[in-house]
Amino acid sequence: MMALGRGLLAAALLTLPFWLADPYYLHIAIMAGIFAVLALSLNLLLGYTGQLSLGHAAFFGIGAYTSALLTLTLEWSFWPALAAAIALAGAAGWFIGRLSLKLRGAYFVLVTISFAGVISQVSVNWIELTNGPLGLPGVPAPELGPWSLRTKTAYYYLVLAAVALSYVVSRRLVGSRIGRAFVALRENEALAESIGVDVTHYLVLAAVVSAAMAGLGGSLYAHYTRFVSPEVFLFSYTVTMVIMVVAGGKGTLAGPLVGAVLFTALPEALRLAASWQWQMLAYGLLLILLVFFLPRGIVPQVVASFSGHPRSAPGSKTPLQ
Amino acid sequence: METLLQHLVNGLVLGGTYALLGIGLTLIFGLMSVVNFAHGEFYTLGAYAAFAALALAGLPFVAALLAAIAAGALLGALCERALLRPLRGHSIDTIMLVMIGVWIAMQNGELLVWGGVAKSIPHPFPTAPLVMGPVAIAPLRIIVLVLAVGLIGSAWLLVHQTKLGRAMRATFQDRDTAALMGVSIGRVHAATFAFGSALAAAAGALLGPVFLAYPSMGDLASLKAFSVVILGGLGNLTGATIGGLLLGIAEELGAGYISSGYRDAVGFVIIIAVLLLRPSGLFARQERIG
Repeated sequence: MMALGRGLLAAALLTLPFWLADPYYLHIAIMAGIFAVLALSLNLLLGYTGQLSLGHAAFFGIGAYTSALLTLTLEWSFWPALAAAIALAGAAGWFIGRLSLKLRGAYFVLVTISFAGVISQVSVNWIELTNGPLGLPGVPAPELGPWSLRTKTAYYYLVLAAVALSYVVSRRLVGSRIGRAFVALRENEALAESIGVDVTHYLVLAAVVSAAMAGLGGSLYAHYTRFVSPEVFLFSYTVTMVIMVVAGGKGTLAGPLVGAVLFTALPEALRLAASWQWQMLAYGLLLILLVFFLPRGIVPQVVASFSGHPRSAPGSKTPLQ
Repeated sequence: METLLQHLVNGLVLGGTYALLGIGLTLIFGLMSVVNFAHGEFYTLGAYAAFAALALAGLPFVAALLAAIAAGALLGALCERALLRPLRGHSIDTIMLVMIGVWIAMQNGELLVWGGVAKSIPHPFPTAPLVMGPVAIAPLRIIVLVLAVGLIGSAWLLVHQTKLGRAMRATFQDRDTAALMGVSIGRVHAATFAFGSALAAAAGALLGPVFLAYPSMGDLASLKAFSVVILGGLGNLTGATIGGLLLGIAEELGAGYISSGYRDAVGFVIIIAVLLLRPSGLFARQERIG
C-alpha cells in the first residue's frame, strides 16, 4: 500500500511537466522545489537537533551570491559555481556552528539573526563586489553538456533532482548513528553527553550540512530568477522556511516537503482573493493558530490519525464522555 | 574632537530610547522567559499612537506620549491574556514561534491601517538647533532625552519601590517559592508584559518624531532591544540602561567614523561578540532582576 503510494507519487512528480504544462503552475512547482530544499535544510537543525536558526536566509543568500558572482564575473560554468556555493555556505555554517557551540535556545537564535543581519548589511554596502542594492542582473541559465536548462521544464527536473538529493542526504543522515545523536542531543543534552555523544562535533556537523543545503537552494534560486539582490537576505525568507517546517511537522522527513508545497501554493492561490498585506497578516495568524491547534505539524498529526492509535501529546488527556 | 562631542550627544539621545526598549524586553525575557520578537511591534505601535495623537487629534506632546504608553500597555495585556497565559509551561521555542506570529500579524496589520508610506510625526518644538559651544542639538532631542531618563527612573522606582516590583523580583529569583509565598504568578506575568510593552511604545513615541514612522520600523528596534538585553544581562535594569546608552553611542560613532551604511551592523556585531566572549552580559554579577 505504502509502496504503491510512493510509486504513484514518484510517477506524478516525474511526469508533472507533461500534465501541468501551464508555465505559471510549473513556476510554482519550481519555487516549491527550491523551498523544499530550504525547508529540509532548516529541518535538520530545528527538527533534529532542536536548535532554531533564524539566520537561514544568510546561507541561502551566500549560496545565491556565490553562484551569481562566480558565473558573472569569473565566467565559471554553472556546475562548479554550484559546488562553490554549497561549499561556501557550508563553511559559513561551520563558522556559525563553531561560534555558537556553547549557546542554546534563544541565544543561538540571536547569533544566527545577527549573523544574517551583518551579511545582509555587507551585501548592501560592499558595492564593488555585490553592486549594492541594485543587485546582479543577468545571472546565466545553467547548462548541462550541450543543452541549456533555460526552459521551465528543464529547470523543473534540475530542482526535482536537488530535492531528491537533499531528501536522500537528510534521510541517510537521520537514519544513521549521527541522526540518533542529533535526536539524543535534542531530547536531553546532558544525558547524551554522559553516554559519550560528542555534542560539539554533532552540532557543528548539523550546522554545516544544513547550511550547505541552504546554499544549494540559494544557487538554484539565483540561476532560476536570473537576478540576485540583497533581498535574498530578507527575513521573510527565513520566516517562510520556519513556517513550512513547523506546519509540515518538524523532525519528520515528509513534513518539510508537505509544508513547502502547501506554503508555496497557498499564497499563490490566495493572491487572487487577497492583497499581499492581508496574506502576510494571515501568515502571522496562521502561525499562532498552528502552535495552538496543531503543535506537532500536519504530517505527524495525519500519521497519528491514520495509524489507528493516536498518540496524544504529552500531558493531554482525552476528555471523558 | 568637536565632531566626537557631537556624536556623543547624538548617541546619548538615541541610547536613552534604546535603554527604554531594552528595559522592557529584559523584564519580559528575564521574568517570563518569553523571547519576544514582537517587542519592536509595540515600538511601532507607540510611534503610530503618537502620530494619531499629534497629527490627527492635535493633542500636546506629553498627552501623545501617555496615549502611546496606554496603547502599549493595553495591547500588551491583551496579548499576554490571549496567547501567553494559555501557553505558560510550554517550551521556550513554542512560545517564540507564537511571538514570531504576533510580530508578522502586527506588522502587517499596521501596514494595512497606516499604509506603507513613511509618516513624519509633527511635534510642537522649534526646529532650529540650540548651539552650545561645539555641539548643536535640536530642542526635540533634548526633550526626548529628558523624557526617556524620566521614564527609566520611573521604571526603576516601580521595580524597586513598589509591591508589584517586589513580586516581580521574587518571581524572577524563584518562581515556585514566590508562588508559595502568595505571589500571583499570573498577575505578575500580565503586569510585566503590559509594562514592558508600554515602555517599548513609549520609546516609539519618543523616537518616532525624531525620525519617521513606518510599518517595518519595529524589526530593527527588536534587534536593538535584544542587543541591549544581551549587553546588560538578563533581567538587569541597570545593565539595560547602561547597555542602551552604550549601544546608542557605539552606533553613532560607528556611523560617524566607519561608514553610515554600517550603522545598524554595530548592534549585530555587539550581539555576537558579547554572546561569545561574555554570555552572561557585561554587567552581570549573576542573573537577577533589579
